[in-house]
Amino acid sequence: MNEKMKSGDPVTAQLIGQACEESVELCWDRLEQQSPQCGFGNLGVCCRICAMGPCQTDPYGNGPQRGVCGADSDTIAARNFIRMIAAGAAAHSDHGRAVAETFIEVAEGKAPGYSIQDEQKLLALAMDFEVEIGDRAINDIALEVGKLALAQWGQQEGELVMCQRAPLKRQQLWREQGIMPRGIDREIVEIMHRTHMGVDQEYHHLIDHGSRAALGDGWGGSMLATELQDILFGTPVPVVSKVNLGFLEEDQVNIILHGHEPLLSEMIVAVSMTDEMKEYAASKGATGGINLGGMCCTANEILMRHGIPVAGDFLQQEVAMVTGLVEAMVVDIQCIMQSLPQVAKHYHTKILTTSRIARMPDAQHIEFHEDRALESAKEIVKVACDNYQNRQKDAKKTVFDTIDLVAGFSHETINYLLGGSFRASYRPLNDNIINGKIRGIAGVVGCNNAKVPHDLYHIEMVKELVKNDVIVLQTGCSAIACAKEGLMDPVKGLEFAGPGLREVCETVGIPPVLHMGSCVDNSRILMAAAAVVKEGGLGDDISDLPAAGAAPEWMSEKAISIGHYFVASGVYTVFGVSFPTLGAKKLTEYLFDGIAEKVGGKWDFEPDPVKAAQLMIAHIDEKRKALGIDKKKERVLMDMEMRRAEADIEA
Amino acid sequence: MSKIIASAGIRGAHAIVERVRKKYTEMMDTHGGKTEVGFPNTGYYLPSIYGLLGHKIETLEDMGPVFDRCRMLLPPLVKEHVHLPYLGPALDAGAVALFAQEMEECMRYLEFPDFYVRGEDVTDDNIWLGAADDVILRKRGVEFVDGTAPGFAAILGAAPTTEIAVQIALELQQKNLYVFMAGEHNGVRFSEQLVEAGVEIGWGTRLVSFGPDVSAAVFAAGFATRAALTFGGIEPGDYRRVLIYNKDRVFAFAMTLGHVTDQWYANGLMCVNYGFPVIADTPIPQILPTGVCTYEHVVSNVPHDEIVQRSVEVRGLKVNVSKVEVPVAYGAAFEGERVRGPDIYFEGGGGRGGTFAVEWTTSAEMDAIEDHDIQLIGPDLDELGENSKCSLGIKVEVAGREFQADFEPILERQIHHLVNFAQGSMHIGQRDIAWFRISKTAYEKGFRFKHIGEIIWAKYHSEFGAILDKVKVTIFTKEEDAKKILKLARASYAVRDARVEGMVDEDEETYYSCTLCQSFAPSHVCVVTPERTGLCGAYSWLDCKASFEITPTGPNQPIEKGRVIDEKRGQWEGVNEFVRQASRGTVELYNAYSIMEEPMTSCGCFEAISAIMPMCNGIMTVDRDYGGMTPSGMKFTTLAGTVGGGAVTPGFVGHSKLYVVSGKFIRAEGGIGRLVWLPKNLKEELKDRINAQAVKQGLSENFAELICDETVSTDEMEILEWLTEKGHPAITMDPMM
Repeated sequence: MNEKMKSGDPVTAQLIGQACEESVELCWDRLEQQSPQCGFGNLGVCCRICAMGPCQTDPYGNGPQRGVCGADSDTIAARNFIRMIAAGAAAHSDHGRAVAETFIEVAEGKAPGYSIQDEQKLLALAMDFEVEIGDRAINDIALEVGKLALAQWGQQEGELVMCQRAPLKRQQLWREQGIMPRGIDREIVEIMHRTHMGVDQEYHHLIDHGSRAALGDGWGGSMLATELQDILFGTPVPVVSKVNLGFLEEDQVNIILHGHEPLLSEMIVAVSMTDEMKEYAASKGATGGINLGGMCCTANEILMRHGIPVAGDFLQQEVAMVTGLVEAMVVDIQCIMQSLPQVAKHYHTKILTTSRIARMPDAQHIEFHEDRALESAKEIVKVACDNYQNRQKDAKKTVFDTIDLVAGFSHETINYLLGGSFRASYRPLNDNIINGKIRGIAGVVGCNNAKVPHDLYHIEMVKELVKNDVIVLQTGCSAIACAKEGLMDPVKGLEFAGPGLREVCETVGIPPVLHMGSCVDNSRILMAAAAVVKEGGLGDDISDLPAAGAAPEWMSEKAISIGHYFVASGVYTVFGVSFPTLGAKKLTEYLFDGIAEKVGGKWDFEPDPVKAAQLMIAHIDEKRKALGIDKKKERVLMDMEMRRAEADIEA
Repeated sequence: MSKIIASAGIRGAHAIVERVRKKYTEMMDTHGGKTEVGFPNTGYYLPSIYGLLGHKIETLEDMGPVFDRCRMLLPPLVKEHVHLPYLGPALDAGAVALFAQEMEECMRYLEFPDFYVRGEDVTDDNIWLGAADDVILRKRGVEFVDGTAPGFAAILGAAPTTEIAVQIALELQQKNLYVFMAGEHNGVRFSEQLVEAGVEIGWGTRLVSFGPDVSAAVFAAGFATRAALTFGGIEPGDYRRVLIYNKDRVFAFAMTLGHVTDQWYANGLMCVNYGFPVIADTPIPQILPTGVCTYEHVVSNVPHDEIVQRSVEVRGLKVNVSKVEVPVAYGAAFEGERVRGPDIYFEGGGGRGGTFAVEWTTSAEMDAIEDHDIQLIGPDLDELGENSKCSLGIKVEVAGREFQADFEPILERQIHHLVNFAQGSMHIGQRDIAWFRISKTAYEKGFRFKHIGEIIWAKYHSEFGAILDKVKVTIFTKEEDAKKILKLARASYAVRDARVEGMVDEDEETYYSCTLCQSFAPSHVCVVTPERTGLCGAYSWLDCKASFEITPTGPNQPIEKGRVIDEKRGQWEGVNEFVRQASRGTVELYNAYSIMEEPMTSCGCFEAISAIMPMCNGIMTVDRDYGGMTPSGMKFTTLAGTVGGGAVTPGFVGHSKLYVVSGKFIRAEGGIGRLVWLPKNLKEELKDRINAQAVKQGLSENFAELICDETVSTDEMEILEWLTEKGHPAITMDPMM
C-alpha cells in the first residue's frame, strides 16, 4: 500500500512517507502484519463467550452451522453485535457520567475553575427534569438538575427523561415495541447478561434489546453529556478556525489534546492563555508561547467552544509526532492508540495519560482531578514547556497546510441562525426541504479506519451528497476529514454544493456541511431531527423525514452504538468498511430490512462511498415521495376568504 | 447574493445606532432624563419597542435599556474572508435599526413638536403625517380586519418620474392596499411626487406620507406591531407571536425605489423580520429561498410596470378586484378621496343650491324588471355643464328568488361607499340626505351619470349575487322626477324604520355570530342581536342575517338562543353553549345586557367603551374618536387595552355607539339612566335618540342634558357635584357595586 492509498490527506501522506524513511512503525504497517485478518471475526460469526469455544460457524454453508452449545450464526452474530453496542454505549455514557459528577461538584462549589456558563440551557434542562426554578440561586438549580441527571444512569424503571424530547409518535413507538430505555446502565448490564452463555438466543429479541441500550446512549448518556457540557462550558456558537498539522509552530510549545472529555481540555485551554504560562514557555525558549491543537473528539469539543485549531483526526495521532514539533500529547479516554509512546520514542514528544481509568505502558501519568483542575492543567502544560528544550535541533516545519473552517453548529445555534433572535426557528430549513431547494438531510459521522484510505471516503461521500443538494450534518473524525477538504469553508465549501443547497447556504451564510461537534454530540443531530419534525410539514416522526445517516470509515464499537440508536430513532443508516453480521444471513436481512417495520429505520452496508451516498439519496427521494413533496408546488395566493378559512383551521 | 445584503444591512444598523445614540446624548443633555416623550395619542408607547421588547418608553431615560439591548443585539460586521453565518445576525440588525429609529422619531417629536401633522390629513404646508395615533389605528385597522384593505406597501425612495410614481400609487390603490411612504432618493420623495401630480394624499386615500426620512419607515412597523397587539390579542413582549402574526395575517411588503443604501438595507431586514418581503426596482442581490417570509425575501430589478403585480405575488396575496365598467380608477382606496372647490364639475344634494339627492333601493318582481337596465331620465353632465348643480333621484330595483325586503336598507346603504370608490366621485350621507360631487378630471375621463348605475349594478351582483338576480337602476336628474322618487322613498323609509324600531331581542329566536374579524382577531366572537349590534358598529342583526343568506358558510352563523336563563341580564342557553365552543372553553357564559356581571368579551375593533364610575353610581361611555382624558382616568386607548383581546373585565365593556340608545343598554344595571358622562361630540350625535330612549324608560325627555361631558369636567368628584345639582337619576338609583 503506498502513502496515497493509506491517506487521502496530503499532509498525512507526506508524514507517512517521512515515518517510513525514519523507520517508525505506524498503524498501516501493523495492519499489513495482521493481514490476512480472521474472516470469521470479520463477519461476526466467531464466538468466544464460553470456554467450550472459540467456535466459528461457516458463513458459506459447507462447515459447521452451530457452536458447541448449539448457538447458530444469527445468535452468535447478534450477541456479538449487541455487545458492541454495550461497549459503545458504555463509553459514551461513562463519559457523560464523568461530566455529570463534575457538574454536581461545580454546583456544590467543590470544583474551582469551573462555573455555569449557559444559564438558559440549564433552565431548559431543569424544566425537562421538572425542577422548580422560581427565584432559586442558579447553583441550587444546577445541583438538583445534576443529581437528577446522574440518577438517570442508575435508574431501574420508568423512562429516561431525555426521551421526552423525541417526537411524540416516536416515544409511543418505543413504548409499544418495548424498547423505551429504563436506565442508562441497566440496559448495558442487561446486554451483558443476555449475551452470556445460554441466556437470550433469539436474534430479533437480542437486537430489540440492543435498540433499548443504544437509545439509552443517544437519548440518554450522550445527550446528557452534551447538555451538561454545554451548560458548563457554553453552548457552541459559530467560530472560525483552521484544521490540519500545519498549525504546529516552530517557536511555540505545541501541545496536542487528544481523546474525548472536555473536562481537562477546557482547563488546559484556560491555563495556556494565562501570562504566567506564556512567560513560563518563553523562559524555556519558546518565544511564541503555547500552541494548542485538538485531536479526535477533544479537538471537536475545544474547536466548537473556543475555536482552537484542529490538529487532526484519529489516524493522524501517530503521524502528528513525526513532525518532530509536538512537545506533548495529552490524552484521556477512547480512541487512544497504545502505539503512541512507541512512536514518541523516536521523537521528543511526551505522552501524558491523565484519566483515572486509562493508562498505558511507557507513558507519563499525571492524573487529572476536577477538584484541583487548574493545578492539574498547569502541571501538564509545564511538563510540555519543559520538554521544548528537548526538541531535536534540526526539527523544522515540514507541513504547512491548514484549511479554514466554520464550526459551532449546535442545534440552538442553527435555530438562531435561521431567523435571528426574534424569529428563530427551523422554518426556513423545513420550507426549503419542502420546496426542494434542499433535497434532504444527511448525518455523516464516525471514525477513520486504517483499512480504507484515510479521510477519502468521508470526503467522497459528502461531496456526492452536497452535489445533490443534501445538507450534511457532521460530528467526530468525519467532520475533521471534510473540514480538511474545505467543505466547511462558507465560501469554498459552496463550490461543491448543488444549486439549490448553495442558494440556501448563501442566504444563511453557512457552508453546506455543518460541524455539530464530537461523537457524544450526535445527540445534537437527534435534537435537530426532532426540531425539524416539530417545526412541521415533514411528517410527524423522524422516520418520515427525508434524511439518512452514514459512517463510511467506522472502526469503533461506539460507531455501532451510534448507528443503532439512529436506526432505532427511525433513520436509514449506511456503514462502510465491513459489517459485523455479514456471516449471519437472517440477522443481516433483519437489520437491513425487517427491522424497518418495527422502528422505521434500518441498516445498510456499502463500502463504496459514492454508491453509499446514492443509496442515501434514493432513500431521501423515497421519503420525499411519501410526503408528497417530490413535485413542485404552485405558489398559493391568499384572498380574504382563504385567510379566514386558515384562521379557522388554526383555531 | 445575500452576503452583500447582510453586510450592508449590518453596516447600516451600526450607522443608525451611532447616529441615534449621539442624538440621545444631546437630548439627555438639553432636556434631562425625566422629560416625558412619546408618540401622540397612543396607549402603545413606542409601539415596536413595546410590542417586541415589552418595554415602555415614557421618559427619555427609559430609552437607556433599549440602547443596551441594541448593543447586545448588534452583530459584528460580516468579514470578507471566512465569514460567520449572517442571516440570523442580519435579521437582528434589522430589529436594532427598528428600535433605534423608533427612538429617533420619538426624539423628533420632542425636539420639533410640529414636524408632523396630527390626524389623518395633510395640510398645504406640511404633508408629513408621522405616527398613526390609536384613533387612526382602530379605524383603519377595521379595514384590515374585514378585508377592505388586504395589506400595505411600504415604499422607500422615489420613482424615476412623477408619472411612474402616480402609476404605481394608482395600481396599489386599485388593489385596495395602503401605501406607506418614507425616505428619499436623490432628494426626491414618492409622496412629494404624488403631491406634485395633484394626487390627493393622506389616510383617506390610503396614500400615507409618513415622513421625509427613511427612519419614518418605523411608523409602518409600528402600525403592524399594534395590529398584532390590538386585533391579535398578543401580549406586549411576545415578539415571536407579534412577528408571526404579521407574517400570517398582515399582507404587507416593502418596495424600494432608487439606490438602496446601507440604511435602506437595514430597514429592509427589519421588514423581513415581520415576514414582509422587499421588492426593489434596482439590480440589488436577491434572496429567493423561503422561510422567514412566506415566499422570496428580496426580489430585485423589477420593471416599474410590473412592480405592483410582482410585489403582490411575492407576498402571496390575492386581491379580488371586481371589474366595474367606469372610465376612472375604482377601488376602496379612493373612498376617502375628496372632490373640492375648483375641481368640482357637478354637485347635487346636501342642500347645495337648494338641491337634494335621494337614493332608494327597493324590491321588484322577477319579471317586472330587466337586468342591467340602466336609465338616465333627464339631462346628463354634458348638458348641465361645468359647475352645475341639480337634484338627483336614484331608484334601484332589485329582484331575486332569495331576496327579502329586509335586505333593501342593507343594499341601499352600500351605495355610499360604492359610489365613493370611483376616483373623482364623492358621496356623502345616505337616503334622502345624500350628496354627490363629480370632479372635472372624472368628467374629462368620460364619467357620466349612467356610470353611477353601472357601479351599483356591477357591485350588487358581485357582492350580493347569492340573493339577487336582477338589478335595474334609474337616475332622475329633473327636479320634478326626483321629487316623486323622494316621496316614494320616504314612505319606504318610514316602513323600514318602524320595522327596525319595533325589533326587540325577545321577538327573535335566532341571533347571529360574527367572526368576520377572525382573520385578524382569532379568539373573539361577537353575538349580534336585534338590539345589540356588533361592537364594531358596522354589523347589525339584519346585516348578519343577510350575510348568512349570501354566504351560508361565511362569518355570520345563526345561533338559536334557546332557553332563557336570565331575562334581565340577557343570558340564553344556546348563546352560552355557542360562546363556550367558540372561545374553546375560556368563556363559559356571558350576559348580553350587563357591564358588571360576566360582560361580553371584546376584540380590538369596538366603536365605544363603557366604564363604571363608582362615585357617581353610574357609567361613562367614550367613543374612539375622542382623544382626550375621560373621568375613568384613562384615555380611550388605555381603556381599550383593558377590555380588548378577548379579556372579560367586569365594570368595562366594549360596544357600538348605537348600543347606547338600545333598550337593552346595560339593562341589568338599570339602563340608559346610568349614563352620566359622554364626550360632547358623541352626545350631540346621539342626542335625539338618547332622549327618545330615555322617555321609553320613564326618564325625562331632556335626559341628554343631564349627561356630563368634557366641557364640564373629567374629574369624577366634580362630575358628581354637577350631577347632583342637575338631579341626574343615577345618583338615586340602587348602588352599582
